[in-house]
Amino acid sequence: MSSATSRVAQARPAPTGEPATTAEAGAAAAAPGQAATETASAAGGNLTSDGGLPPGGAPRLAADYSSYRVVAAKHPWRWVGTAVVALGVLAVAWSLATNPRWEWGVVAQWFTAQSVVNGLVETLKLTAISGILGFVLGFILALMRLSASPLLVSVSWTFSWIFRSTPLLVQLLLWYNLGYLYEKISLGIPFTDVRFFEVQTTTLISQFAAAVLGLTLNQAAYSAEIIRGGILSVDQGQLEAAAALGIPTWRRSTRIVLPQAMRAILPTAFNEIIGLVKGTSIVYVLAYSELFYTVQVIYNRTQQVLPLLLVATLWYVVITSVLSVFQYYIERHYSKGAVRNLPLTPLQKARKFFATHAVTNRKSL
Amino acid sequence: MTATLSAPATRGLVEITGVRKSFGATEVLKGVSLTVEPGGVAVIVGPSGSGKSTLLRTINHLEKVDGGHISIDGKLVGYEVRGQKLHELREKDILKQRTEIGMVFQNFNLFPHLTALENVAEAPVVAQGRSKEEARRRGLELLDRVGLKDRAGAYPRQLSGGQQQRVAIARALALDPKILLFDEPTSALDPELVNEVLDVIRELAKSGTTLIIVTHEMGFARDVADTVVFMDQGQIVEQGTPQQIFTNPQEPRTRSFFSKVLEPAFNI
Repeated sequence: MSSATSRVAQARPAPTGEPATTAEAGAAAAAPGQAATETASAAGGNLTSDGGLPPGGAPRLAADYSSYRVVAAKHPWRWVGTAVVALGVLAVAWSLATNPRWEWGVVAQWFTAQSVVNGLVETLKLTAISGILGFVLGFILALMRLSASPLLVSVSWTFSWIFRSTPLLVQLLLWYNLGYLYEKISLGIPFTDVRFFEVQTTTLISQFAAAVLGLTLNQAAYSAEIIRGGILSVDQGQLEAAAALGIPTWRRSTRIVLPQAMRAILPTAFNEIIGLVKGTSIVYVLAYSELFYTVQVIYNRTQQVLPLLLVATLWYVVITSVLSVFQYYIERHYSKGAVRNLPLTPLQKARKFFATHAVTNRKSL
Repeated sequence: MTATLSAPATRGLVEITGVRKSFGATEVLKGVSLTVEPGGVAVIVGPSGSGKSTLLRTINHLEKVDGGHISIDGKLVGYEVRGQKLHELREKDILKQRTEIGMVFQNFNLFPHLTALENVAEAPVVAQGRSKEEARRRGLELLDRVGLKDRAGAYPRQLSGGQQQRVAIARALALDPKILLFDEPTSALDPELVNEVLDVIRELAKSGTTLIIVTHEMGFARDVADTVVFMDQGQIVEQGTPQQIFTNPQEPRTRSFFSKVLEPAFNI
């Protein structure tokens, strides 16, 4: 029955162009059920012969709702939820602003103090150096792990195994105290007495070197797995096509596989980098004056513990926010070709919002 | 650069001799021998799992053979004869051989992060050392030839399946190969897109490049092939002109296969 109705409806001339009066539209709107029974019984097996029109009957206009007003669905609970959350947010903001014990004045005073800024620079330096070195080493480890050589595979696996299973704190202390285990470090030919140079371990491993070494190696172990996961996510057919085209191995990795792997690598990689920014605070155990160690030194002197921790926290928030913006645009860059159309940036979205808003306001619906 | 039309082709002789290949315990090629003349068009048909695709992939050494050998214009694929020994070629030399053999895949395998033109122009630059400008110009020419010049800047995902496969054909042609391999080029396409791809291949069949095509499109095979090869269970059961194979197959296995895939009205 329903199929008969739809066929009849399709066969009718489209009512566009002729403005239906409200009375007509109303009559037509009431008609469908009736029309369905009529045509179904009248047409019977005759539908195909005359193109779906009931025999002898004049074409009936389909229900036309084009002049009707659309009433949006109501969502009362959404409004209740919004109000409750807004109230909560307001309460938190109010207490942050009015509770004198947060000592915002002290926070403001230390936020851009020279010593704090120096600490911040050290934190950024540690993050950048160990982040970059960590990911480069991680990339090499990932390639080793995916290679055909059993030795390279097992060395890479062992590296990740050791550095992921020992606490970073222990690693840092071990590197810093390397001089205790090995008094001198020398470069020469193994198993002979030939030495090209030799240095005291303690002069080579400064606090900075121990921090970079510890953070880099630890980071490499984690990023190796992230990069390997990304590479594995690329379709095997891509490698085959590249091989069939005679594209050299290195170029295959850098031009074909890596850009596609980046889509899977980036979100987790940024997670790691953001973790590393805050993770650098652990090198306070080496009395290295990065951001966290610096504020500790200050509050030990001034006893303003919470405000100074807030200073450090706010700086970490700032760094993370900046990194998140980078992440957004880098991910967007690598999604080229993976999505049909690139998503709009927040800026473009805002512009579009205001543009469409202006239009709907102008329209009097 | 490209093989000129009408002139008799002098390059692209493919000789496959006694090729064997196993995956684990399953032997998928059981001693296959086949010769395709320069400029010839061989169409391989047969039930799925018969080893058609594997055979195709051994020709450009994507699959290493376990026995037998394959040569192109008298030169062994993947090996070098020195004295009485076959030396395995190094990766670099294998890649060089592959630039003479274009391949078109069932799933297109276009690089999704590169535009149509970048897909076509990549290999000539990095595998043949041509200039970027030349590769670009030639890439546009080839896209024009497959009817997609105006989509040069589009990413694969913005193209229909048929368009993607035509870009993939242009990409394979960009290296000026002696031989083109087609691995079920229309199997992943919607029915109404099949013909736009087959038309491009029909054009290529006249160009003097040797074509070896695995397909299930029997009508197309009849039109375009010099030789139709019927494979089953890792062996070539029968081969001959389309006339012989489609209308008068000698082997019972061939007859039973065609009785299943050809419509009753299919006549030459």
